[in-house]
Amino acid sequence: MTDRAFGASIKRKEDPRLITGEARYLEDLNLTGTLHAAILRSPFAHARIKSIDTSKAAAHPGVVAVFTGHDFMDLNPLPAAWVVTGADVHTNTPRALEVEKVTHVGQGVAVVVAEDRYTAQDALGLIHVDWETLPVVVDAKMATEPGAPLVHENAPNNVCLDWSIGDQGATDQALGEADVVVRQSLVNQRLIPNPMEARGCMAQYDPAGQAYTVWMTSQAPHVMRLLMTAFVFGIPENKMRVISPQVGGGFGTKIFLYPEYVLVAALAKKVGAPVKWMETRSENYVATTHGRDHITDIEVGATKDGRIQGLKVHTFANLGGTLSTIATGIPTTLYGRLLSGAYKIPHFYCNVKGVYTNTSMVDAYRGAGRPEATYVVERAMDLVAAELGMDPSEIRRKNFIQPEDFPYAPADNILAGLKYDSGNYEGTLDLALNMVGYEDFRRKQAEARDQGRYLGIGFSSYIEICGVAPSAWIGLPGQGWGAGLWESANVRVHLTGKVVVTTGSQSHGQGLETTFAQIVADELGVPVDDITVEHSDTQGTPFGYGTYGSRSTAVGGIALYNSVQHIKEKAMKLGAYMLEAAEEDVVYDAAEGKVHVKGSPEQAKTIQEIALQAAVAYDLPAGMEAFLDYTSYYDPPNCTYPFGTHVCMVEVDVETGAVKILRYAAADDVGPQINPMIVEGQLHGGIAQGIGQALWEGAVYDERGQLVSGSMMDYSMPKAQFFPAIETGQTVTPSPTNPLGVKGAGEAGTIGAAPAVVNAVMDALSPFGIRHLDMPLTAEKVWRAVQQKGA
Amino acid sequence: MKHTVSITVNGVQQAHQVEARLLLVHYLRDVLGLTGTNIGCDTSQCGACTVHLDGLAVKSCTVLALQADGGSVETIEGLAKNGELHPMQQAFWEKHGLQCGFCTPGMIMAAIGLLESNPNPSDDQIRHALEGNYCRCTGYHNIVEAVKHVAAG
Repeated sequence: MTDRAFGASIKRKEDPRLITGEARYLEDLNLTGTLHAAILRSPFAHARIKSIDTSKAAAHPGVVAVFTGHDFMDLNPLPAAWVVTGADVHTNTPRALEVEKVTHVGQGVAVVVAEDRYTAQDALGLIHVDWETLPVVVDAKMATEPGAPLVHENAPNNVCLDWSIGDQGATDQALGEADVVVRQSLVNQRLIPNPMEARGCMAQYDPAGQAYTVWMTSQAPHVMRLLMTAFVFGIPENKMRVISPQVGGGFGTKIFLYPEYVLVAALAKKVGAPVKWMETRSENYVATTHGRDHITDIEVGATKDGRIQGLKVHTFANLGGTLSTIATGIPTTLYGRLLSGAYKIPHFYCNVKGVYTNTSMVDAYRGAGRPEATYVVERAMDLVAAELGMDPSEIRRKNFIQPEDFPYAPADNILAGLKYDSGNYEGTLDLALNMVGYEDFRRKQAEARDQGRYLGIGFSSYIEICGVAPSAWIGLPGQGWGAGLWESANVRVHLTGKVVVTTGSQSHGQGLETTFAQIVADELGVPVDDITVEHSDTQGTPFGYGTYGSRSTAVGGIALYNSVQHIKEKAMKLGAYMLEAAEEDVVYDAAEGKVHVKGSPEQAKTIQEIALQAAVAYDLPAGMEAFLDYTSYYDPPNCTYPFGTHVCMVEVDVETGAVKILRYAAADDVGPQINPMIVEGQLHGGIAQGIGQALWEGAVYDERGQLVSGSMMDYSMPKAQFFPAIETGQTVTPSPTNPLGVKGAGEAGTIGAAPAVVNAVMDALSPFGIRHLDMPLTAEKVWRAVQQKGA
Repeated sequence: MKHTVSITVNGVQQAHQVEARLLLVHYLRDVLGLTGTNIGCDTSQCGACTVHLDGLAVKSCTVLALQADGGSVETIEGLAKNGELHPMQQAFWEKHGLQCGFCTPGMIMAAIGLLESNPNPSDDQIRHALEGNYCRCTGYHNIVEAVKHVAAG
């Protein structure tokens, strides 16, 4: 052991099973006698269910049973696990199957259980529902206007929540005194997350033990068990085991409790056999949560020399037809509280109206509120720069929070008591400018314009709130999250010296099994190959909150680090005993994986020797328990705040409106990197999703609430040829919050990318006097804008 | 009514009675238990289910099992020989060409198909050749790197 495991781009431990097809995703699981469920979903966006006739379906050969919502009235509606504080929230959540009415296309109203999936699907067509259709509203702003159709009786004007932060009076005054005030409407369009694996669930009920085993595509199995048992089924938590098998991506959508999971578990008990349901992609488009969907008006004031004086934000956030699990926290806490971005802005006011509409549920999607906030801030910076004729890099420099300002509390207490931990924002801006050769580009841009070609460059100097956790801050005393958000890790060093880690966190593609093994290898001095990381099963892992908000490493990784420290302490005690030395005379050499006498490295016991002695327990110091085993629960004192500057260069063909990305360079600072290859991969993928939003993606509803972009044929999922190679660079500013200094990297790319691309296109279009276009910047939209300005 | 289908899968002759409407991907997964081939969509866009049929990369969700009658199919499970990974599998591992892994079997099969028809593709040719295979995790960057790595030998 000489090379440090921390910081090494080692190949992922999880890959062999994935590249050979051996991995077992939900759909790959099968128990003897498994029956298959298919769900009849509402074809209407808003309708009353007058009656449902299931008799023909029930009589179809191969059908075991057919149920409607009336068969599950013993189950509570799904819980809203985050009811944001600071607003009177009018809660409406889905049931296993809807009973009285549906509020968006795709809500389940009946289920067929059959011997095979083809038969289950066939029988859906034999169910007759007598619908009474109701008026529909899909636009969040229009939904709040007088006379709009009412989605839920308990939410007048369809307002689910009305939430404000900041200092309205001070912000108005700052804007009144500013030299320039820029006003702009911004749409952050609805996105469909599209993990490559859709959702699924399989359940088995054991009548003797009155216990359920539920396999589901989840990012948070422990939370799912808690919500299902304590809130929906009303049974003891120990009567259910939840297992999340190999999960094929989630991007937030697999955090939540969905009606189908409740339904499938209940079905397993009702029919007395294992039941499996696998979402089709078409179902995924309507039944799985969407992301973003904000309509925002901003006012930003600045001095003549470009110092931002105040930012006022009014947002209508579309929450869909019912509330998903943490829907109310995303456009509030995770959005409004980030509006200072990387800048010293003296005053803020932000009002958010969370609105019900007849559309699919909206909840966290990669970045979850933070991309929306960053889009506001980074567009605001460019709009002010354009108004003042300033260089967009210069206005950023002028307003950056400086390294000596940390810890930094954004003004008007918008971060609710927390402070940015550390940063050097100018460092990543400088790096990004160097990576792309900024001055040279501006020369080329001027030359190109002379030839009638339109190049543009755009910046995004983002920050992110990661490692979302401090339980007292996010929880009921603070932001209204219904529980804590610490994370757990257990470390056991077995008799043979092999290490087993169990964690309450989860991995669905990020490479956690490798990263976590590297943390242990680095601290304990054992080979990465000797370490196994087990997760995603409520049986055998300590309770934990799962993976989202770029928190697995910054919170779960620190729990793991702390457990290893305790293991080392015990190993030193036992090692000293074995070496017949005093405890204070030995040290733990993590590079070698040995305890040795200070100044005498040859007088040593390896961790494997110590683990064996601890495990067999023939000869231990008085009072010492057997085995090297420790579980930590880490609740950080603060979130972490990664940052970076992304730069995008584009060429716009004004004859067709087509936008071509010439280069994309990302300079990110996520703190020390445990596995740079994995971090880079996270950035690549995040950036692709951000570029996707900027240029191509967008959910489209018609006025009847039909999702016309409801399949991969209709929704613009980015393909390989849409992208250039992505250039990455990094600076390293450790977080003082945790002993590893790590910050988190899962969402940074998505947060940084969309504004960089939009700013680049607007820069290219500036000769036409085009100040702003809403995403996605499709060729048609750009072409129309150019035509309009040209004429 | 069922029909007999006879297909060589990963070198092994198989024969089963199947419904006429059974998709090849369901035949591979549900009848043969070869679950490495994944299903990511229901409109033939995503390419997660790509396998080789008589040497050509095809989306197995868009082929009936009966259409493959008498043919030869190779799936992700058939790539590694005698415990040795196929060079494309090795390259995806080394170049971090996968994250969640769900698109990976199809992506690897499509990439092998590409190099069989064009052994030295440019970056642009690789990206266009993979247009029938979606990945939501990697931004395709390291997938392209993996294919280039194999092409470079």
